[in-house]
Amino acid sequence: MGGEATKSISKEELWGGGQSPFSVSYGKMMMWYFLVSDALTFGGLLTAYGFVRASSPDAWPIGEQVFRSLPGLNGEYPLIYVALMTFILIVSSVTMVLAVESGHRNDKSGVVKWLGLTVIGGIIFLGSQAWEWSHFIHGSGGSYLLAENVTVTADDGQVFVMNKGDAIYMDHHFGHLAEPWMEGSPIITLEDSDHGVKLVQTGEHNHEAELHSLTVNKYIENESHVSGDEAMKLWNARSESFCFGANMHDNEYAVQQSYANFFFFITGFHGFHVFSGVVINIIIFFMAYRGVFERRKHYEMVEKIGLYWHFVDLVWVFVFTFFYLI
Amino acid sequence: MERDDLIVNDSYALNSHHSETEGAAIRKNVWKVTAILTFLTTVEVLMGIVFKRSETFTWSMIKWSFVILTLVKAAYIVLVFMHLGDERPNLKKVVLAPYMLFIGYLLFIAISEGFGHLGNSTLLY
Repeated sequence: MGGEATKSISKEELWGGGQSPFSVSYGKMMMWYFLVSDALTFGGLLTAYGFVRASSPDAWPIGEQVFRSLPGLNGEYPLIYVALMTFILIVSSVTMVLAVESGHRNDKSGVVKWLGLTVIGGIIFLGSQAWEWSHFIHGSGGSYLLAENVTVTADDGQVFVMNKGDAIYMDHHFGHLAEPWMEGSPIITLEDSDHGVKLVQTGEHNHEAELHSLTVNKYIENESHVSGDEAMKLWNARSESFCFGANMHDNEYAVQQSYANFFFFITGFHGFHVFSGVVINIIIFFMAYRGVFERRKHYEMVEKIGLYWHFVDLVWVFVFTFFYLI
Repeated sequence: MERDDLIVNDSYALNSHHSETEGAAIRKNVWKVTAILTFLTTVEVLMGIVFKRSETFTWSMIKWSFVILTLVKAAYIVLVFMHLGDERPNLKKVVLAPYMLFIGYLLFIAISEGFGHLGNSTLLY
């Protein structure tokens, strides 16, 4: 693809002035410099993440247990959604390479087609990220912290010694009513039921959710479910400290707020790059469509935005490994 | 006065045109790299699902293979998709050397000095 770059030119001629010793144009050179500096920013962020994680005395959440939902489906699909997002971004990177390649052959319709597909891929990725953020912020069922030490036997027979301050996780149905109940909603009351307790919502809609089971160690180890009288022991030992999903002050996934903060900042900063990439791609798409580059007789602009777009993909490969996998 | 500090031939883009046959070869290579990247991602996800985090030797091996696979993917993206591999060697060095130097130094300083305030340098392991 290099053209001039692969031609052999003597050192004296190359550095003798009057031409770029790198055989690239000013714009492309500056795009590379920008990418180096941007990559340093992301490198710094991921290093900070690793540092905070390594120096944390409490267990760090496991990626495949935090991120295991798919839109519109019940059940557990560890990392499948994130893998899908990765795949979408890789594919949109491929369509971008093909757009650049078409540009090198001055094939306008090819550039327009592949660049259009790249824009679509970028938009799908952004939509996926929006769903993931929304899911992360709303959480699954919420948690509360224990006010005292409790020893319980889980359904699988394991005995857990839970300490004051440990997080206990509610299921989706119970947590859904527990959130407004904790916030003091007047239409929701806690009542005794045949097997324990239930939350009852009266008013326009009648709902009730019984406390069937609670989960311990949900995100930090292999989770275990506790039900029946043992679950009531955990429920009765609850403190006032409830947490649903994640925000800037609280999160149900980890003791460390830095976990949620790094999630928001790293994936948010990356998502902002994707967003600006999509906007620039759209501009270049219309310029290509209107024949600006055809009149210019070269498609180097596509190559420059292509570098940026591949960089976004490159960063995601690292975020995927260090935030989700490890 | 005529300026002599400007690079006269700035339009290197015009030099990188290629023919239909060259294009076909490049496209073939692109699809090959796509297949490799997809395969590596699938392997990573499967490893993540099968192996659970633990304090064992196996897990630390898994962890390092994640890092290595990621670096392999990164190399393919940078060298083929961003076609840095086809650029002049001095451009390659100008892009890669400062980055590796600074990130290497940052990692070194985080690992070697960063835990001093905790008074326990074994925490990392």
